[in-house]
Amino acid sequence: MTNPNNATISTVHHAEFTSGHALQIPTLRILQDDGTLYEGATAPELDKATALKMYQTMTFIRVLDERMLGAQRQGRISFYMQCLGEEAATVGSAAALDDADMIMAQYREQGALRYRGFTLEQFMNQLFSNEKDLGKGRQMPVHYGSNAIHYMTISSPLGTQIPQAAGYAYAQKLRGLANVTICYFGEGAASEGDFHAGLNMAAVHKAPVLFFCRNNGYAISTPANEQFKGDGIACRGVGYGMKTIRVDGADILAVYQATKMAREYALANNEPVLLESIAYRLGAHSSSDDPSGYRSKEEEELWRKNDPVARFRLFLLQKGWLDDDADKAAIEQLRQDILEALKVAEKVAKPGIEHLISDVYAEPIPELERQLAELKEHIRKYPDAYPITSGRM
Amino acid sequence: MAKMNMLQAINNALDLAMAKNDGVVCFGEDVGHFGGVFRATSKLQEKYGKARCFNTPLTEQGIAGFANGMAAQGMTPVAEIQFADYIFPAFDQIVNETAKFRYRSGNEFNVGGLVFRTPYGGGIAGGHYHSQSPEAYFAHTPGLKIVVPRNPHQAKGLLLASINCPDPVIFFEPKKLYRASVGEVPEEYYELPIGQAEVMKTGTQVTVLAWGAQMEIVEKAVEMAEAIGISCELIDLRSILPWDVDTVAASVQKTGRLVINHEAPLTGGFAGEIAATIQQRCFLHLESPILRVCGLDTPYPLALEKEYVADHLKTFEAIKASVNF
Repeated sequence: MTNPNNATISTVHHAEFTSGHALQIPTLRILQDDGTLYEGATAPELDKATALKMYQTMTFIRVLDERMLGAQRQGRISFYMQCLGEEAATVGSAAALDDADMIMAQYREQGALRYRGFTLEQFMNQLFSNEKDLGKGRQMPVHYGSNAIHYMTISSPLGTQIPQAAGYAYAQKLRGLANVTICYFGEGAASEGDFHAGLNMAAVHKAPVLFFCRNNGYAISTPANEQFKGDGIACRGVGYGMKTIRVDGADILAVYQATKMAREYALANNEPVLLESIAYRLGAHSSSDDPSGYRSKEEEELWRKNDPVARFRLFLLQKGWLDDDADKAAIEQLRQDILEALKVAEKVAKPGIEHLISDVYAEPIPELERQLAELKEHIRKYPDAYPITSGRM
Repeated sequence: MAKMNMLQAINNALDLAMAKNDGVVCFGEDVGHFGGVFRATSKLQEKYGKARCFNTPLTEQGIAGFANGMAAQGMTPVAEIQFADYIFPAFDQIVNETAKFRYRSGNEFNVGGLVFRTPYGGGIAGGHYHSQSPEAYFAHTPGLKIVVPRNPHQAKGLLLASINCPDPVIFFEPKKLYRASVGEVPEEYYELPIGQAEVMKTGTQVTVLAWGAQMEIVEKAVEMAEAIGISCELIDLRSILPWDVDTVAASVQKTGRLVINHEAPLTGGFAGEIAATIQQRCFLHLESPILRVCGLDTPYPLALEKEYVADHLKTFEAIKASVNF
């Protein structure tokens, strides 16, 4: 018998609902808060160098976030977004990838970016939108991107990267590349139409994408229980017919293991996988947000105990891979390095006036050339009003 | 040369593009084995395989997002939106993503080569959800190129140029002409320039400007005007973005008059943009106000389609009014 409905028909003869919560997906946990493993859990295979790189990436991001939020408060940069509380989710997943896998992030994944090798100077140049910024000073702070390290430039609209990741991974498959695309997004963005479009497209067209949902409890101020009624985001993966796994997003060993397994499966089978990371956005949504208006200090304190960095640090100390004093000294050095890099980047000039019209098209169209000429003439007339460009034309 | 209708010319262009470049992939709703609801992708799946010509789920935003991702990877997706009326779920992906991909990344990434093909326009008793001409919405978006062909020869050359273009293109196909417009088309690969208008007929008293399916309508009006002794210069704009200001301005500087015709509603239509630019460029040459012959500011009707459209008679009246001002 043909099956035009593409649905399994198992017949019953009395009417009965299936509960909206019939499917409950367990959460993978390996590492406990005290740095020891859960009973029965096995740590993923991880050599010392990789483990230390993961840890150093987490501490780098934590110190960078702290310093740059401060810089925003001082008025030195216009905007900032912290990763606080989600360092394990972004670093652990990136560490499980190949360097040539594409990363399509939302905006809070600086951990993945740093793990790939984005330099301190590159972070600073973007945050200060100076002429050395790879993005030519066109996007607000934290909209990083780099072709060289396969990190797609961030776009503010939420969820737009989800169907794009499906297309990117499909192209990787067509090209015969042994690479996947990882696509990060939040549980709030999973309400966008692009989420449903993207997961369905990837499943139907068998694209090797790892959809990585960072369920951090809040979309700005809206808690997850006002965002959706189902059991987290993971159950939707099953709805789209794809392999799905849920992990404790503050447990870097669990995130690493789940992502590694997902990558292997996606590549071997040309299929997407959905991962849901359960963690907590300990910081504000952005520098423009104040969480005291929508959640209690008590709630924050409860989650602070789950600190992903502290947990992994204890694990490394117990393993004898990390020296307490050396680590503290390294973090102090990092603070100084960041401050130095900040001072350098803020003095670098802004992009030249020609970059107002470059890259709109591969080559500027005649109308853009005309508009730029007209603008330059105007700036020459009022040089004091346009100090960034008037002296350099 | 071979006699082809517009669908055959488009199908032939896609076939040549897919043969030339294995990065070219065609997809959309019903585009696969069925060959599209209008058959523009007929036989392409048989020839190039399911991986390069396939059906998608019913999700225009998914199609557009998928196309953006493929193009960013370096492939050349030619995505079909089944009717231009249904392009709006993809509006965000096109306006915020496709159009800004190169700019926002500082040229780290781009979606050059991406083409959205979509049938547009009325005259097929399609009512307001199968007849719209949404070009003006997209013309307001820097980063996109917009092309509208008028006949099979133009369709093939402009589509091949769009697929080979380093910028993303929306290619609006006048569906009324899919089978109605038949002409001689070279069988080999050729491109026609994007961003260049074509002066189809020279004249001295009034410039008449249109694009796409409206070209045959304004040609009829021009014939009527010529018959009563009015010398018309006829221009097919061909590209809405970027549009060929120089060719139109040179013509209006000569004739001193301009009549613009488009299918879409008057208010906010692209004719307004043309009129504003041309009055600035040609102010001292103008002998009469620039006139627009457009759809009414209503949704596209069904039973009263004939009354609504910017037809040859309305255009003929506008030409006379322009000359006799």
